[in-house]
Amino acid sequence: MTPPDLAEIWVYLSQKPLTGLTLTLCAYAAGDWLYEKTGRYPLLNPVPIAIAMIAGLLWLTDVPYADYFEGAQFVHFLLGPATVALAVPLYQHLAELRKSGPALIVGILAGSITASGCAVGFAWLGGASTETLLSIAPKSVTAPIAMGIAEQLGGLPSLTAVLVILTGITGALFGPLVLNLVRIKDWRARGLAMGVAAHGIGTARALQVNPIAGAFAGLAMGLNGLATAILLPLIFALVF
Amino acid sequence: MLIRYLALILGCQLVGETINVASGIPVPGPVIGMVILFTGLIVKRRLPKDLEVTAGGLLKHLALLFVPAGVGVMLHVPRLADEWWPVLLALMPGTLITVAVSALIVQRLGRTTISEEDRV
Repeated sequence: MTPPDLAEIWVYLSQKPLTGLTLTLCAYAAGDWLYEKTGRYPLLNPVPIAIAMIAGLLWLTDVPYADYFEGAQFVHFLLGPATVALAVPLYQHLAELRKSGPALIVGILAGSITASGCAVGFAWLGGASTETLLSIAPKSVTAPIAMGIAEQLGGLPSLTAVLVILTGITGALFGPLVLNLVRIKDWRARGLAMGVAAHGIGTARALQVNPIAGAFAGLAMGLNGLATAILLPLIFALVF
Repeated sequence: MLIRYLALILGCQLVGETINVASGIPVPGPVIGMVILFTGLIVKRRLPKDLEVTAGGLLKHLALLFVPAGVGVMLHVPRLADEWWPVLLALMPGTLITVAVSALIVQRLGRTTISEEDRV
């Protein structure tokens, strides 16, 4: 029996879930290594680096996204349990949350309206198509909620998922710089702003920096999702 | 036992998904699951050490979990190439204004509700 040639091995491997899964972990590990190596330099966030590496490799090797997702779905699946697990840091900081209740609710509501308003407003000014406008409206909301909202509004859920992640990356990269610029020193306010504007990716960044900021970010992400899921379809029904 | 708490977390999500489908509430199952677990902890008034470890493990690499969906950007390259300007406008000033507005409001209002000694 002759051993199969490299091309055959590649065809076999590129269809196995194991390949997509391994690729995801390796790319993220490489991005994380670079991030740690540079002293957590904010612009070298591992998420965009891993995405660029994987998308580049898939494009070069002509592997469709669907084949990659066969394996990557196991990582993607963990988003659900991780969202549930956010209840734990919330509970750990219950006392702080209680103390700042009214400020939190006003901040989250204002953030929810600002996020959707700015998204649609700026995209409209730039001349976006209706489909893009409807898909970009919930961009600051955590991906699963945002996709549901986009579907309800008549946007494209898969485009929304990408815009949500780009928003999260933008917030994680530049959010801390903006917070320094407007002189926010309160960890509660810093965390909440990251959670409202940049959902889970902002929360992940806040969790790395400060546990109180992380808890407020997680809470803000959840409540902003709730508020936007209720408000946005209502506002759209009234305006259009 | 870590498995027990992993099962608890998945169980909360499953109940959440069921409520979402059965009631038609536009809130996704995992978020309802988070509310259920949070309520449970408040009622119990105790956080088991192993639940803390299990949840911590899931959240430690939260950012990694967004990578597979993010790679989906390759499906939308033509649209993003066509509409890069409005998308960039919505992403950059749009997101950053949101960060500034919500942080400023919370910091300003926080002064009346947060006591002096635990201000950071």
